[in-house]
Amino acid sequence: MNATLPFAQTETPINYLNADYGWKSWLFATDHKRIALLYLFSITAFFFVGGAFAVAMRINLLTPEGIFSHDTYNKLFTMHGIIMVFFFLVPSIPATLGNFLVPMMIGARDLAFPRINLLSWYIYIVGGIFTLTAVFQGGVDTGWTFYAPFSSSYSNTHVILAALGIFVSGFSSILTGLNFIVTIHKMRAPGMTWNRLPLFIWGHYATSLIQVLGTPVIAITMVLLGLERVLHAGIFDPTLGGDPILFQHLFWFYSHPAVYIMILPGMAVISEIVACFSRKAIFGYGFVAYSSIAIAVFSFIVWGHHLFVSGQSMYASMVFSFFSFLVAIPSAIKVFNWTATMYKGSISYETPMLYAFGFMGLFTIGGLTGLFLATMAIDVHVTDTYFVIAHFHYVMVGGMVMAYMGGIHFWFPKISGRLYPEGWAKFAALLVFAGFNLTFFPQFILGYQGMPRRYAHYPPEFQVLNVMSTAGASILALGYLIPMIYLAWAWRYGPKSPQNPWNAKGLEWEQSPTPPPTFNFEHQPVVTEPAYNYSGEEQEVKLG
Amino acid sequence: MSHQVVPVKVYAAIFGALLALTATTVAVSKLELGEYNFIVAMTIAVIKGTLVVMFFMDVRRASSMTKLFIGAGFFWLAILLVFLLSDYLSRGWLLNIHWL
Ligand code: HEM
Ligand SMILES: [Cu+2]
Repeated sequence: MNATLPFAQTETPINYLNADYGWKSWLFATDHKRIALLYLFSITAFFFVGGAFAVAMRINLLTPEGIFSHDTYNKLFTMHGIIMVFFFLVPSIPATLGNFLVPMMIGARDLAFPRINLLSWYIYIVGGIFTLTAVFQGGVDTGWTFYAPFSSSYSNTHVILAALGIFVSGFSSILTGLNFIVTIHKMRAPGMTWNRLPLFIWGHYATSLIQVLGTPVIAITMVLLGLERVLHAGIFDPTLGGDPILFQHLFWFYSHPAVYIMILPGMAVISEIVACFSRKAIFGYGFVAYSSIAIAVFSFIVWGHHLFVSGQSMYASMVFSFFSFLVAIPSAIKVFNWTATMYKGSISYETPMLYAFGFMGLFTIGGLTGLFLATMAIDVHVTDTYFVIAHFHYVMVGGMVMAYMGGIHFWFPKISGRLYPEGWAKFAALLVFAGFNLTFFPQFILGYQGMPRRYAHYPPEFQVLNVMSTAGASILALGYLIPMIYLAWAWRYGPKSPQNPWNAKGLEWEQSPTPPPTFNFEHQPVVTEPAYNYSGEEQEVKLG
Repeated sequence: MSHQVVPVKVYAAIFGALLALTATTVAVSKLELGEYNFIVAMTIAVIKGTLVVMFFMDVRRASSMTKLFIGAGFFWLAILLVFLLSDYLSRGWLLNIHWL
């Protein structure tokens, strides 16, 4: 190495990764891209903790008698649910890809409130520490749903600590949502009108609305739970004069919309990927954009479908059932429009697109089985069985986690400046798809046959399907581990990525260097064309 | 955005009004008005909340976008309450059906 050459340093241009080193430049970062990476590493850690609980459960269910005690098993599924929902799925795409890309896609230098953005990460970590403390102190056994009065009066586990963690981390979610809303309203580049926004932005805008409007309710609910548990205020426990159904109402007023916090950003990612790998503009842009907003609004008036067998008024159930059918329409619009986008497109089968295919198929199955469940008479049969488990894993894992993986691969070159090994990536994507279906499809059958959820033991006739499910889970786990390894490898040793390796449209690819500098753009971008103008690009090539 | 400074007098007046309303709430709770106790207390609470939002939070002079978002917050609260009541008010109906 020639240490005296003055130009050696300028070979790698300054970007957000090499602009500064040392732990302070990360822990006090206000750059949205660095905060996105802080989130990325923390939620990955939570994903693996949550995953470990799932592995334990699947091992237990290999045999009808299981290996864990009932109490231990109760704690396993509770901790799995709490960690996966509140500490992985809710922040997953918004806090990582959203944080990284929202400013870049609208042509801004950063989010509107960079320090609030950092604060949201710290709040998330503090909330996570509370909940993890509850785990290491012996766990919680209420289920992630915390139903009272068991959680408020009877459970002998660390309910307060876990609930406090959820209360605290909720504020992180609110702050992220607030930041996105203000940024999208106020910081769009010249020419970036609402109708030119990438659908990724529309999806995140809708998500943010839910985060801001819904999360306060779960926070209050957790406070009320704490009041009843500590001070015996009669709110939910009938022996104290409370109403247990009130808890379920308040919990699901947040938690149903929260399932859309978990899926809308996934849909947002899929729109970008499908357009890019079909080389076509999204079919019916307006429909896809406004269906996100429609989902956000409608998601707030369907929560009662979780209460069909709770003693809720039958008439209220009918209303909630009706609206649950309606909320499926905007989701279906998206799936149809992605399909129409692919029609006559020149499709290529890179890893992100494989995940997008996976998303579309699996989300559709998950969504349609949601309609089964929204039908009151069917729900009475399958509620609290593995059918419900299969339903929501098809949407959350088959949908959201697929989209997350697809998005991570799609923007990995942008984030790291390196290319990942495509062959391994395709192999892992196929493993995930196969493993996922083998894990969760048998659970539809199990549930339909009447195997209840949340039990450590089961009758022997259910064993074959359970063994299949556990086998699938092992494949799925491998499918998640392989990307961990090659992405970590590629981050250091992967070949350098060109600025726009996919030839994708969008400010983040076309107008910003890869990896981006701290303030994203070298010049103020100006937008002169609609989003996904892939056909325009081809014309240029022909003319040239 | 230029923000006019609100005279301290206005804040003091609102603060006084809030205290007076609190005193009223306490006083009314001593009277036996039956159902009206609740209605009066809630009315006073809403008035107090409005004062805080309009003056202390200065929403009275905020942009229409801010007002829209605040309105949305209240609208969402209304959704919660209306649908909750749709359950609570109709829970007993089943028992009253005689033609079944
Ligand atoms: C087409 C739209 C959907 C409809 C109509 C629907 C309907 C339902 C219904 C009726 C239930 C209650 C089943 C029961 O407990 O008996 C349910 C459960 C659930 N759904 Fe969905 N769903 C939809 C989409 C989604 C999405 C997109 C997600 C997540 C990304 C999701 C996540 C869940 C979860 C987590 C549960 C179980 C909660 C629990 O009891 O632990 N659903 N769904
Ligand atoms: Cu729901």
